[in-house]
Amino acid sequence: MKNTTNKKNLDAYLTLIAGIVLVLLNVVLLAGKMPAYYSGILRFVGINIILAVSLNLINGITGQFSLGHAGFMAVGAYVSALVSIHLGWPLILALFVGALAAALLGVLIGLPTLRLKGDYLAIATLGLGEIIRVVILNLDITKGARGLGSIPRTTNIYLVELVAVITILFTVNLMRSTHGRALLSIREDEIAAEAMGINTTFYKVFAFSAGAFFAGLAGGLFAHSMGYIAPSNFEFMRSIEILVMVVLGGLGSITGSVVAAFVLTILPEALRGFAQFRMVLYSALLIAIMLFRPSGLMGTRELDVRSALTIFKSGGEKDAE
Amino acid sequence: MLQIKNLHVYYGQIHALKGVSLEVKPGEIVTLIGGNGAGKTTTLKTISGLLTPKEGEIVYQGEKINNAKAHELVAKGLIQVPEGRHVFAQMSVQENLDLGAFPRKDKQGIARDQEKVFELFPRLKERRSQTAGTLSGGEQQMLAMGRALMGGPKLLLLDEPSMGLAPLLVREIFSIITEINKTGVTILLVEQNANIALSVAQRGYVVETGKVFMEGDSTSLATNEEVRKAYLGG
Repeated sequence: MKNTTNKKNLDAYLTLIAGIVLVLLNVVLLAGKMPAYYSGILRFVGINIILAVSLNLINGITGQFSLGHAGFMAVGAYVSALVSIHLGWPLILALFVGALAAALLGVLIGLPTLRLKGDYLAIATLGLGEIIRVVILNLDITKGARGLGSIPRTTNIYLVELVAVITILFTVNLMRSTHGRALLSIREDEIAAEAMGINTTFYKVFAFSAGAFFAGLAGGLFAHSMGYIAPSNFEFMRSIEILVMVVLGGLGSITGSVVAAFVLTILPEALRGFAQFRMVLYSALLIAIMLFRPSGLMGTRELDVRSALTIFKSGGEKDAE
Repeated sequence: MLQIKNLHVYYGQIHALKGVSLEVKPGEIVTLIGGNGAGKTTTLKTISGLLTPKEGEIVYQGEKINNAKAHELVAKGLIQVPEGRHVFAQMSVQENLDLGAFPRKDKQGIARDQEKVFELFPRLKERRSQTAGTLSGGEQQMLAMGRALMGGPKLLLLDEPSMGLAPLLVREIFSIITEINKTGVTILLVEQNANIALSVAQRGYVVETGKVFMEGDSTSLATNEEVRKAYLGG
């Protein structure tokens, strides 16, 4: 009992600290005091949060092991970039079209592949991610390996933040709804879920395409942030990076994905001082975290704003419930 | 309530059911008994929509359901308790029960059925906030049955409810099966433990290598010389 109380208090303080950090970052940003280098990193943090949370919806919450997330990101990036360049549509509309294209592809790919399980699904999605990349590499309109340039650089940090918040809110609300319980039950035991009258095919494809939608959004934000994209941005390693964030944060924990996306985006930058040892240290840290926290930084726990409020209500001494 | 005619089912090249026919009337407990690999579970999975028959006909409440999906049948009151329990191990007992009522919208009916489940299985009420994976085997079987009851079944398909349970618990589970039947739920029971299955069922079918080998009321099956030798230990 004492232990759970302590854990709750810890969570409450962590939430409070996270909230303060977030507010401080925004104050510095709004005041225009953030160096471009740092705000650039923060943009990538936001994009990675969107990617990690949306992959968590597929891998962590629904339990479908997907390795093709970079493919969906690529579709969102290229479609929205082409829409911006050739049609001159406003950014929001271009992002939406890109995300929709990714979601549609998610349905098309999900229907045949999601009858596979575990390792087989992982290999199939890995293949499909690569197919998307190779198709982009060979199309004329995408300019192949030369990459697509002169994309309007209209993304700003606030838009990235907004989309990240929408992604998180969508996923958290979904998780707490009846549909979310259906997704969780598929992760737990697919046979039982089917026996309970849950249309497992529908829910798996739904999770897959919703994840693809947000990955497409992230891709669009990425394209309009860089101004230049190439197939090499969306290689297999990109999918792995996102997967590492999800697993490190804790499969099924949205908070975990956010924290891990934050840490793993900033870490390689923070380690620049170590020059050639940078990636060695990065990998060693990953191994160390997985050894000491095998179920991820957060396990399946979530931080909740309400938990932070309990600090003020009870002075942090008593369990508020 | 359920009529099956000349059912043929294949697993790839393997001909698993070779013309099974059976019938379940409203209010009955009917049992399928037989050895390992006889086709009992295959029959049940085909009825509940997890497998599709190549030939033959399944009629449930006057409607042909050969190609219906499992989740569509659950909404029509045909609910299966899968072999090996399959509880959602990481979820609490209460969450498991809630998922049992997944396709239903009638809040009052769900609350009433939950009361009914807690009356049948008082132990589930005691442990409603406990994680299902930490329950004993018998309690998990109770949870699997309670969860199926939350769906408001008209026809309940039970697959090997005695599997891996101590004899005392088996007797308890089977007395509850009789209780469930008394509340108006028709039951089709697949069981290896032919003794206890025949003691609760009104009628039975003996399945052997994908065919119905013998059928009849429980007492005549239980006293039949061949059945006694093969399944009841002399």
